[in-house]
Amino acid sequence: MSFRHIAQIAGSAMAAQTVRLNTVASNLANAQSASDSEASTYRARKPVFASVFSADGMGSGQLPGARVQVLDVVESTEPLRRAYEPENPLANEAGEVFYPNVNSVAEMTDMMAASRAFETNVEVLGRLKSMQQSLLRLGEG
Amino acid sequence: MSIDFHKALGIHQDTLRLRAERTKVLASNIANESTPGYQSRDIDFAAALQSVLSDGEAGQGLETGDGGLQYRVPYHPSQDGNTVELGVEQAAFSQNASDFQTSLTFMNMKLKGLAKAIAGQ
Repeated sequence: MSFRHIAQIAGSAMAAQTVRLNTVASNLANAQSASDSEASTYRARKPVFASVFSADGMGSGQLPGARVQVLDVVESTEPLRRAYEPENPLANEAGEVFYPNVNSVAEMTDMMAASRAFETNVEVLGRLKSMQQSLLRLGEG
Repeated sequence: MSIDFHKALGIHQDTLRLRAERTKVLASNIANESTPGYQSRDIDFAAALQSVLSDGEAGQGLETGDGGLQYRVPYHPSQDGNTVELGVEQAAFSQNASDFQTSLTFMNMKLKGLAKAIAGQ
């Protein structure tokens, strides 16, 4: 039976969604972190997911499952927000500061999608547990 | 006269194994809900069961490789090439879990019948 593989698949998805939530939290926390140059300003981060089809370690007659892998966390290339704030202690010679290119609305929707996906995989694990338990009770009555 | 469990349990052991395999495929779909380019897959249960049954008494020949897998046609194709639709997958998953329980119930009934025969009641 392939219950262990299913748990691994759901677990990998939960780990990937956790990374996604982590980047959202980091983006929202740093949304207002100003800086004096473009290079040192925080940029919005996003994880890149990929599926891993694994048939290894399985006996014959088993279909390949697909785990989720976080390939990389990439930085957004959107232009930074530039503001003229000469009174800001971080301002450069021209009196400008740079704000991160974090889109709060997009981050919030991303957060909702990530937590929903996480919950779905928790449901899968819960259902899997009950299936396994009733299989173990087979023949008891 | 000995009891042959394989014969006694009949089709239900094959359906149970297929249901477990299908659970894995559907769990993969749900897990890859936000993976760009992932294509949702599913087992054609009737065809897979037919191929298991036509293998005869060996009974171990569940379609290997991708032979038994088919790609799902999405209702709303998305820009990133991902064809997982969470509602569809969740419905299929819970339907499959219920069918798994049904197969288990049938097996339990078979085993109960065997126990009765052994006890001679």
